[in-house]
Amino acid sequence: VRIVTIGGGPAGLFFSLLMKKANPANDITVLERNAPDATFGWGVVFSEETLGALRDADRETFDEITDTFVTWDAIDIRYRGQKLRSRGHAFSAISRKRLLSILHRRCEALGVKLRFLTEVADLARLASVDLVVGADGVNSSVRGLRPEAFRPSLGVHTTKYAWFGTDLVFTAFTFSFRENEHGLFQVHAYPFDAHTSTFIVECPGEVWRRAGLTDATEGESIAYCEKLFAEDLSGHSLLSNRSIWTSFVTVRNESWHDGNLVLLGDAAHTAHFTIGSGTKLAMEDAVSLADALQRRPMRIPEAITEYEMERQPIVERFQQAALESSGYFENVKRYASFEPIQFAFNLLTRSGRITHLNLELRDPAFVRALDAWYGAGARQQDQRATKLAPAPVFAPVRLRGVDVTNRVVLSPAPLDAAEDGTVGAAEEAALAGAAEAGAGLVLTDMTAVSPGGRVTSGSPGLYEEETHVAAWTRMMRRIGERSSARVGLRLGHAGRRGATRPRSQGTDRPLRREAWPLVSASPIPYTSRSQVPAEATPGDLDRIARQFAASAAWAKSAGFDLLELDMGQGYLLASFLSPLTNRRSDGYGGSPAKRMRFPLEVVDAVREAWPSDRPLAARLTASDWAPGGSDEGDAVALAAELRAHGCDLIHVVAGQTVQQDHPNFGRFSLVPSSDRIRNEAGIPTLVGGNLTTADEMNTILAAGRADLCVLESRALDLLLT
Amino acid sequence: VRVGIGLPSTVPGAPGDSIVAWAKRAEDARFTSLGVLDRIVYQSYEPFVTLAAAAAVTSRIGLVTMVVIAPIRSTALLAKQAASLDAISGGRLTLGVSIGARADDYEATQTEARFRGRRLSEQLATFRAQWEEEAIGPPPVRPDGPTLLVGGSSGEAFARMARHADGYVHGGGPPRAFAGAVAKARAAWSDLGRPGKPQLWGQGYFALGDDAAVQTGADYLRDYYAFTGPFAEKIAAANLVSPGAVQEFVRGYADAGCDEVVLLPTVASVDQVDRLAQALA
Repeated sequence: VRIVTIGGGPAGLFFSLLMKKANPANDITVLERNAPDATFGWGVVFSEETLGALRDADRETFDEITDTFVTWDAIDIRYRGQKLRSRGHAFSAISRKRLLSILHRRCEALGVKLRFLTEVADLARLASVDLVVGADGVNSSVRGLRPEAFRPSLGVHTTKYAWFGTDLVFTAFTFSFRENEHGLFQVHAYPFDAHTSTFIVECPGEVWRRAGLTDATEGESIAYCEKLFAEDLSGHSLLSNRSIWTSFVTVRNESWHDGNLVLLGDAAHTAHFTIGSGTKLAMEDAVSLADALQRRPMRIPEAITEYEMERQPIVERFQQAALESSGYFENVKRYASFEPIQFAFNLLTRSGRITHLNLELRDPAFVRALDAWYGAGARQQDQRATKLAPAPVFAPVRLRGVDVTNRVVLSPAPLDAAEDGTVGAAEEAALAGAAEAGAGLVLTDMTAVSPGGRVTSGSPGLYEEETHVAAWTRMMRRIGERSSARVGLRLGHAGRRGATRPRSQGTDRPLRREAWPLVSASPIPYTSRSQVPAEATPGDLDRIARQFAASAAWAKSAGFDLLELDMGQGYLLASFLSPLTNRRSDGYGGSPAKRMRFPLEVVDAVREAWPSDRPLAARLTASDWAPGGSDEGDAVALAAELRAHGCDLIHVVAGQTVQQDHPNFGRFSLVPSSDRIRNEAGIPTLVGGNLTTADEMNTILAAGRADLCVLESRALDLLLT
Repeated sequence: VRVGIGLPSTVPGAPGDSIVAWAKRAEDARFTSLGVLDRIVYQSYEPFVTLAAAAAVTSRIGLVTMVVIAPIRSTALLAKQAASLDAISGGRLTLGVSIGARADDYEATQTEARFRGRRLSEQLATFRAQWEEEAIGPPPVRPDGPTLLVGGSSGEAFARMARHADGYVHGGGPPRAFAGAVAKARAAWSDLGRPGKPQLWGQGYFALGDDAAVQTGADYLRDYYAFTGPFAEKIAAANLVSPGAVQEFVRGYADAGCDEVVLLPTVASVDQVDRLAQALA
């Protein structure tokens, strides 16, 4: 076959030599716009996995690379004057220049035609070629020629970075964080030969502007960074090679091919440099495409499809991880108060590729120290760390005066089985089952403060002194006899989501008969079939606040350990918080402060009725997931207010403020919100959202993204069946 | 996992009587359901008419739409058709609905594609009320009407499913993709406060037989999915063309928690039913 590869980077060269090696009769030409020795950048990183793929694909290239590359297995994190080292992260790196010269020689030896200083302006001239490979990098001109087929999207990141070298040879992949009067900068550095290391400096765009680097020459930039990172460089200097400040661009293409034209490497996709996978992905693309073409020699379209099907899901996973990673570095200032070991673990687990369990396999000593530190922090009264400690999920936690034995929270699905608000055997079986399963904390279904505050006619209630208090007291006594779990009462008012049918029949389906009147911040029905709620009058608000306080007092006498106020997901208190559902023009609507007013009045009333040594939690919508609604920033502001009003824990939820929202049910979708609320508002958080394993919870907890986790109840079913 | 089989109602050139023969053969071969797809602007049979014909010649096998594009239909008429088919078949209908993927079906039916998700949510809320109030009959065989499934891959689709339906119907893909959708379906179910578990339905394409059959199947998929551009090649490449591939696919779906997987034909000849039954035996 006749193949023209456009772009002489690692992916294009490697693909070309593999195709020539597979069949010497193949006619293969590489067209490169630059001269053979004109390259920029310093070292490139490979994982063990990539090296394995290279070895299998071409032993000669592999041998030459491994003759000169540098390997390490440690990651150093320099932060707040401390250096933490984590081991077991096997990586290797090679000079980009050296890699290209190995590939040039190998191409020439096999008979690939290399044409340097050659631009391709007109693809029509390549019409007679069997396959044209666009391997011309992030700014691919091949991609630009057929946008309607590839449907590319380019995402420009907000941070600025410059790719320097240094004559200091680091002994590990090194992250260093240094702050000066302009802001926080970080370095990503790693060795790539016996004399040189890559040294990438990155900072937020506004820090870069404050530092006056916008118009700085290369020399000025080097002087600035050498001064800032003097301690890390210990007398060595920074080297430049077209080391200009730039913004990373994440490239995606819906399709990687069009007819006989196929994209490879950065032309098809990029992944932020903070996960160091660009060259790795590109080289693996080359192997995959060459393999597919060899499997289907006479059927190029099928082979291209196979290549794309094999590579796209893998690349998407790396791009997702890269996005998490770059997002971490954009917001790293949020973690400035973390202890170094937690800071380091948070950094190592930033992209979701390393978890508590992975790291325990790679570096047991690090995880032992982490768990010991975490366990000591949890005990508070005794800060001395033991050397052995349980995993974070089994570390106890103290909320006000209440000790919780572990960080797992179970919250059984609604049963809608109560009679006039009185709970019975069904609720007891569910809660006792969760408590006996070993959870540290068990949360009830939303329990109404009044008959009109129920979601369904089977919702639990705590508004009748005789029946309700007696039923809950009995249940609490029996659960207490059988387990050490703490039990939290989720207290709320359904607002405009009330008077619906049992959720076994669907959610928010209005009752046909015997519906009770609804009340909300504003008279807007939840769905088009829902009852129109009355706008709560000042008299209603006063009465409802008193009902919350009365229920809180009864919750105390029933023996609940924790009280969770439901301010989430479109129920009554939430309806005041969101501009989508609060259209009031009195003192309870309008500005964020006015929208918070009623929920905070309820918190104050409840805090007074609820014992000062027992914790108060708030279930809060981190984002309405709807245009014009509340977002994470609003949630952070509210969480800070709640903390000031005596709340001890934020239970992070999202969506359902309005029926037509744009929810995200992806893995860990609530964790970023929990992270932000916890570390910006300075209040402990409880997060769920489809968590099903101890490893997920250990990772979230030890990284400081939450303090407790809701485990999906079905995770326990799996164990039992 | 239960295994159903699709009727060849969207394979161009399938003779009318072959639909009926296929349905009988599938029930004899103990498949658990007969599935149909929905497309207006194509040489394909209408789903309710097709399933009604199938219902007339079978007595046990389930009848499932995977899916009907609900927003292009009148809500009342769709409720009527579903209630009728359910009654005629003795309660065998499982009604899967979604917004569909093609603009031409909206254009041809003169319905607006904008807000189609919102419209589907309204329709789902309305069907149940219409059946229940018996305003639009015949009365459904079960009090709450036919089992409702919702398809789609957006967050909105998963929420819609969890709010209104009994389960989720996946649009096809390798077991890994199905497993990813299942995690989201379960998360949505739990987030919307639904007790129990959502039903989970999957689907895949097959063509069993000689090279000509495989080629016919691939050509059909390329044609059917031409509207997706280059993605059509990938769908054609994923067609299950050997007994081993069928078994592996079904096993993968079972492992991911699938309750019922429906294998859809890409070749219209009735011997495909026997070949599939043999592959699964």
